[in-house]
Amino acid sequence: MGGLFDFTDYGALLGLVTDSLIAAVVLGVVGGLVGVFVQIRDMQFAVHGISELSFAGASAALLLGVDVAAGSIVGSVLAGGLIGALGVRARDRNSVIGVLMPFGLGLGVLFLSLYQGRAANKFGLLTGQIVAVDNVQLGWLVGVGLAVLLGLAVIWRPLLFVSADPEVAVARGVPAGRLSVVFALLLALAAAMAVQVVGALLVLALLVTPAAAAFRITASPLLAPVLSVVFAVVSAVGGILLALGSSVPISPFVTTISFVIYLGCRLLGRHQRGGRRSGGAGSTGRGAVDVDTAGPAVPVGAAPGDVLR
Amino acid sequence: MTGPVLSARGAAVAFGDRVLWRDLDLDLMPGEFLAVLGPNGAGKSTLLKAALGEQPLSAGSLRVAGRSPGRGNRALGYVPQQKSMDAATPLRARDLVAMGLDGHRWGLPHHGRADRQRIAAALAEVGAADYADAPIGLLSGGEQQRVRIAQALATDPALLLADEPLLSLDLGHQRAVSEIIDRRRRERGTAVVFVTHEINPVLELVDRVLYIVEGRHRLGTPDEVMTSPNLSELYGTPVDVLQVRGRIVVVGAPDHPAGPSQHHHEGAPARPASSRRA
Repeated sequence: MGGLFDFTDYGALLGLVTDSLIAAVVLGVVGGLVGVFVQIRDMQFAVHGISELSFAGASAALLLGVDVAAGSIVGSVLAGGLIGALGVRARDRNSVIGVLMPFGLGLGVLFLSLYQGRAANKFGLLTGQIVAVDNVQLGWLVGVGLAVLLGLAVIWRPLLFVSADPEVAVARGVPAGRLSVVFALLLALAAAMAVQVVGALLVLALLVTPAAAAFRITASPLLAPVLSVVFAVVSAVGGILLALGSSVPISPFVTTISFVIYLGCRLLGRHQRGGRRSGGAGSTGRGAVDVDTAGPAVPVGAAPGDVLR
Repeated sequence: MTGPVLSARGAAVAFGDRVLWRDLDLDLMPGEFLAVLGPNGAGKSTLLKAALGEQPLSAGSLRVAGRSPGRGNRALGYVPQQKSMDAATPLRARDLVAMGLDGHRWGLPHHGRADRQRIAAALAEVGAADYADAPIGLLSGGEQQRVRIAQALATDPALLLADEPLLSLDLGHQRAVSEIIDRRRRERGTAVVFVTHEINPVLELVDRVLYIVEGRHRLGTPDEVMTSPNLSELYGTPVDVLQVRGRIVVVGAPDHPAGPSQHHHEGAPARPASSRRA
């Protein structure tokens, strides 16, 4: 084996992966937008749990000889529905996910070990396909992606409200429970899409990292989703373009690109936030927030300057 | 509106055998400032939840702006008990206020010029215009509280429900926040229900006090309610109410279920408490 990369005949290869590139763009848009709410609702662990159950569903489908995409959707929607029904309380949710996830992964491994077909199919579900989205797959990826985007467009405003500010949102009549279920189902569909491209183990790179990166550099509720989408699309498309000239699967490229973007945003964000508050209204900024969380000792810890203000 | 904004008749909330409050008769008029006092767990916040339609009564009736309590009542503004927003929340101060205006509506956020002006006016009214574009998670506790009040007042409600809005604020911000609320009810006739465990920061602003202890309550002006005989009867133990330099100090009230301790109604609660312990 030569080097990791070999870009001869790249142009010819590129023509073969048009469908994969379209799939990557769709996945990037969906993952970037869903990721915004994953981040605000603190559901990163749920993303991981849902993708493991999606993997179990897909490997069951592989074993039974039925459509793998359908199997992965069934697995993730079951997991998403359960997680959504558990509601908003992060602590309950996390322990249930922690229980479900190894069970799903174990089932998946069992199904794969019983499966007699091509080994590449097995590996692909966990760590990503090597640029092999065919027409049928593209059809459902785009279909499911559009469904998720439509759903998000309908619930966007109340979902943002109840995710960031639950008490006031509920008082204003936002149906928190139903939105929690609907969002978990949209998240499940997005995870099922991502499993097809980057594999169950690495879904986080498209559903969590891009939004986390965007949140480091902006607090605008308009700019954050836009940046998140840009980062996710760049990661997914860039991953395919690099994987084309290489013998390794697509996922290490996707994860590396999205990680590098995150690192860059972190550095940039630190620089920005340091300067952002300097022109404020005599605020104590970050320091005062820290004091607030310290509980009953607050007024004792408050500087004399605070009292005089 | 000329009738009462909040009206209770024989209202009660009980969880099983445990009665939080009962036989509550109250007519809160426009522009009136009611402070709800009592020890932790007395059911002060539950009164707000009942008005919001989130806590059903176990007896009696409650009317909010002439309607029975229900979620999404735009005649209500609500400032929940404070918890700091996460530093990475992708919202600016103006976005939080915008949500108070129309965050419950389906679809994608969209604000026309009229909405934007209304949001800017709400922020200006609470003195938060300078940090309208700052991330909400990076504001100090006092700044966040101003923004929350702007959010609650954005729909121009007839009744403002505020749950411990001064908690963990320094004296300067306590005064500023109290004055914002006071000005609002004087200028616009917004009635205020103000849950607090400290009456002193708002003593001069309060029209009436509702003092709740273990299912019993007293309702009246601060002078009527805050007396040694009244509070001794409420707490079922001798309690002294002292007037010290325009402040009310309550001595001997068993505040916490863990055991009796001195209960001081002071502007800065933890300061005298910790210096005493030291």
